[in-house]
Amino acid sequence: MAQWVNACGEDEIDEEDVIRFDHAGQSFAVYRLEDDKFCATSGFCTHENVHLADGLVMGRIIECPKHNGRFDIPTGKAKGAPACIDLQTFPVKIEDGRVFIDLG
Amino acid sequence: MQPQADAGIVIIGAGEAGTRAALTLRERHYAGPITLIGTETHLPYERPPLSKAAQTALDHPAPAIIGGADALAGQDIDYRSGVTVTGIDRAAKTLGLQDGPPLPYAQLLLATGARPRTLSLPGATAESVLYLRTFGDALALRGQLAHGIRLVVIGGGFIGLEVAASALARGCTVTVVEMAPRILGRAVPAEIAARVATHHRAAGITIIEGIGLTAIEPRAQGSAVLLADGRALEADAVIAGIGAIPETALAEAAGLAIENGIRVDGRLATDDPAIFAAGDCCAFPHPVFGGRRLRLEAWRNAQDQGRHVAGSMLGDMAEFATVPWFWSDQHGDTLQIAGLPDEGDRTVVRDIAGMPFLFHLKAGRLVGASAFGPIGKVAKDIRLAEMLIQAGSSPDPAALADPTIKLKSLLQSRVAAA
Ligand SMILES: Cc1cc2nc3c(=O)[nH]c(=O)nc-3n(C[C@H](O)[C@H](O)[C@H](O)COP(=O)(O)OP(=O)(O)OC[C@H]3O[C@@H](n4cnc5c(N)ncnc54)[C@H](O)[C@@H]3O)c2cc1C
Ligand code: FES
Repeated sequence: MAQWVNACGEDEIDEEDVIRFDHAGQSFAVYRLEDDKFCATSGFCTHENVHLADGLVMGRIIECPKHNGRFDIPTGKAKGAPACIDLQTFPVKIEDGRVFIDLG
Repeated sequence: MQPQADAGIVIIGAGEAGTRAALTLRERHYAGPITLIGTETHLPYERPPLSKAAQTALDHPAPAIIGGADALAGQDIDYRSGVTVTGIDRAAKTLGLQDGPPLPYAQLLLATGARPRTLSLPGATAESVLYLRTFGDALALRGQLAHGIRLVVIGGGFIGLEVAASALARGCTVTVVEMAPRILGRAVPAEIAARVATHHRAAGITIIEGIGLTAIEPRAQGSAVLLADGRALEADAVIAGIGAIPETALAEAAGLAIENGIRVDGRLATDDPAIFAAGDCCAFPHPVFGGRRLRLEAWRNAQDQGRHVAGSMLGDMAEFATVPWFWSDQHGDTLQIAGLPDEGDRTVVRDIAGMPFLFHLKAGRLVGASAFGPIGKVAKDIRLAEMLIQAGSSPDPAALADPTIKLKSLLQSRVAAA
């Protein structure tokens, strides 16, 4: 069952950037990539529990602020040491300028 | 005649550099034998948590395994833990092991790391002073950090200060003694070191700078650290973090060149074409800094060099050119440094909501960046600065000083101009 939550406004995220969104005890990272593609992943780095919203987005890669571990944003796949466990990803849709994520 | 079996690649030292090299060789589809030899008995683990989470965690800590608990499984890497290499016979291309027959190699990687420098001071013995390099050392220290004990930390470097912060979090009374005029030494700009010192003092740690030590004396309970000005610091436990010495003994005995570390070229090869070195044990020329020879004690460098040297051993000709990057955690804040601040002849400060972020320029070119504060204010810009340094850029100092100008835009305009 889809469970869409209203995370933020489209324009609250700069292009090639990421923000933090907390909901019901869970934390997420919501991204805006080039060409206005929006994505959402679990919020904390799988290496040492640091929030990825403080990290750097480069193309479709998020780099952890703590030790530069890398993840592919659309798939959540760990792409660079020391990260070795994937992030969870969540479907995203845009409606009326708002970004919704599906916690399913 | 039977053809000799391929002796393959042998790696001495199962730390960050050695383990990353082994994993990278397989990623790169190297199909020959890989033997990874390490004195320590655990699976290869990350050292940085030893002064941080391993001290402060509520639960009994476990080592953080490099690449995850099953990283080596299924990779066909012969990991020999608890084995020490005692010698290299370059003519025969074999290694002497502390027990067992000589082990042949076709190519050899030295990733032996570094060991703590020990205090030479009357009364400084293995019983009276702790050091921190291994997981075993971390457990020994952790066992001492009972609530309310008095800990004296000798040496105000990164590891000593991290230990001080962790011990404070455990409820210890902590004093740090630094012989030099200020903590953190040459690699960290004075402005940043001063901010770190202020932060520690505000948290409740006593820092004594610019005073030498004369002896450690046993007391009925614990010991006393005697200072050159006559003071005696009573301590239940004493730990020294006064720097590290590269593990070069094997290389030296085998006649390889040593220059504050095992001397390697830009590909991380030694003078012997079959032998390479990477990580804390090696001294390498850095092309971004005019070929200046560096020996770093930094975790990402060990990781990056491990990956790079794997390529070199497979025949890649590329020079290792990654800009140094270092972090340290101090009381929940982070200190990050990209490049080499001490190369700079001019410092430009960007004020990020009250936190100074320093850019270090040399003849206009960006050569370093450093900041200490919450990770959200520090990390992204340090990383962008690192990319600017890597690109060899000479950004407009006025733009660097202006917090409304995003560093990303400087990087993009530089790429656009290229
Ligand atoms: C407490 C602590 C905290 C740290 N914190 C940070 C930090 O916050 N940020 C940062 O950037 N860096 C940090 N570092 C530094 C970082 O951990 C090192 O730079 C990194 O571990 C170096 O990796 P290496 O593989 O070169 O050497 P090592 O990790 O030292 O590994 C070398 C291995 O080789 C083995 N060995 C040596 N000789 C032999 C032999 N003859 N036979 C068999 N095995 C041998 C050793 O036992 C060791 O296991 C910290 C280090 C310590 C000790
Ligand atoms: S916490 Fe993210 S890479 Fe270590």
